[in-house]
Amino acid sequence: MSLLEVNNLVAGYGPVQVLHGISLSVDEGQVAVVLGANGAGKTTTLRALTGMIKTSGSITLDGEELVGKKTDEIVRRRIAHVPQGRGTVAQFSVDENLDLGAYIRSDKAAVAADKNKMFEMFPRLAERRKQAAGSLSGGEQQMLAIARALMLDPRILLLDEPSLGLAPLIIKNVFDTLGQINKEFNTTMLVVEQNANLALGIAQTAFVLETGEIVASGSADEIRNDDAIRKAYLGY
Amino acid sequence: MTKFVQLVVAGIEIGSIYALVALAIVIIYASTGLKNLAQGEMAMFSAFIAFQLYTWGLGPWLALVVAVVITFFLAMGLQQAVLRPVQDSSLLTVVIVTLGVFLALSSLAGFIWGYLIQAPPALFPESAIEIGSIRIGVPAIGVFLVLLVLAGSLFALFQFTKVGLAMRAVAANKETSMLVGVPVNRVIMLGFGLAASLGAAGGIFAAPKVFLEPFMMLTVLIYALASAAFGGLDSPLGAVIAGIFIGVVENLAGGYIGFIGSDLKIIVPLVIILGTLIFRPQGLLGRKYIPRV
Repeated sequence: MSLLEVNNLVAGYGPVQVLHGISLSVDEGQVAVVLGANGAGKTTTLRALTGMIKTSGSITLDGEELVGKKTDEIVRRRIAHVPQGRGTVAQFSVDENLDLGAYIRSDKAAVAADKNKMFEMFPRLAERRKQAAGSLSGGEQQMLAIARALMLDPRILLLDEPSLGLAPLIIKNVFDTLGQINKEFNTTMLVVEQNANLALGIAQTAFVLETGEIVASGSADEIRNDDAIRKAYLGY
Repeated sequence: MTKFVQLVVAGIEIGSIYALVALAIVIIYASTGLKNLAQGEMAMFSAFIAFQLYTWGLGPWLALVVAVVITFFLAMGLQQAVLRPVQDSSLLTVVIVTLGVFLALSSLAGFIWGYLIQAPPALFPESAIEIGSIRIGVPAIGVFLVLLVLAGSLFALFQFTKVGLAMRAVAANKETSMLVGVPVNRVIMLGFGLAASLGAAGGIFAAPKVFLEPFMMLTVLIYALASAAFGGLDSPLGAVIAGIFIGVVENLAGGYIGFIGSDLKIIVPLVIILGTLIFRPQGLLGRKYIPRV
């Protein structure tokens, strides 16, 4: 059984249905990537996973059903979600954002240790710990958002287009970091991304999403080497 | 000189009451973005509850504490029933709903307790401390100390506790708060209850001064709104300083500027609101947040 299993997920906004029954799964310790163009339903998939929109079908984490639960209850099961546009509190300092990330945890000593770990991993954040998150550069903000999510000590980390709005060099940096986090801490991840090449570089499995349906899936290598899929859906 | 100090002391006393109601307005604004026009009427209602408890035989201080606790729960119920459904609606909708609450509460208070002016019990002895020719009333010192203690506790709650962190987070960014596991709706409800409790303290301390009747908080609300705007709508410290400042200025203006007297004092907060909006829209200590693009 996979850590995260999604079956026949239907979701949307009000009367507009965006996802028409998608199924995917992520194994413990692996990185899975959902690829797709604008409007394919990538963001909607993640929002459905953390209960932010009306959803039907089945989502299980370690066998436990999550559909119907509220966002804060889902997050309490240690699912961390870095939404599009960073997901930090701009007015809060770096320090406060990391404290907020550990909101559901009461193991103070471990939280403090994790915070130090974040500052080791992201030295730029350590330099700016008293600075407001909104005053950081785009790349730094994305790093802070990832660090904030890791403070949850997540079972699985959901990332919504971590490359959005960043310079190519920074994007590469972000994906290197994600790959490194996966290797070092064995953090399971589900990344939705337009930038197929980089995302496939850190992933073991991949799903291709097209107008609310999964049209292809397989190992990252299979997807990368399948010319038909590449030309039809990934556009390179 | 004596007149001056006397006016300042009286200003601090009434200013403390403005500051308490202004704090309530600021807390709700800071945690939900809502300007609660019914804040004064809620405080009036609490003052009536305290008075009712007093006539049933509770001591004035016990009546105050019990009324504040009752207010805490009533306000949370009110928020869930009336304000939560319109939480994400346009500003105009929300303002009209709080106006509705305003009218409903003053009518309800009139219906239950009548429109006759009542004299609630004094919370502090009416004696005074004399320093040379200056007399400082015990109530003035008492109310000011209560304000300092409440504002200080509030500051500690916001800065040093997890609940406070969550409240500030919800105010700044609801989505991120949800994604770190903050039960956003419950936190908003708690903030509303807390604010109403502070306002209740303001109303109960104001009652012996302005007398208890359904419209007692009308002018206090205007001064409190002026304090909140002047101090910065998102700054509790600003609300306290501005409340005291406005109380003092109002009294000095009444005492020294002939044509203002006691009839035209209400002009003072209006001039301050106008001046603030023109010259420093974010208020004295409010944050003008400039995000990086």
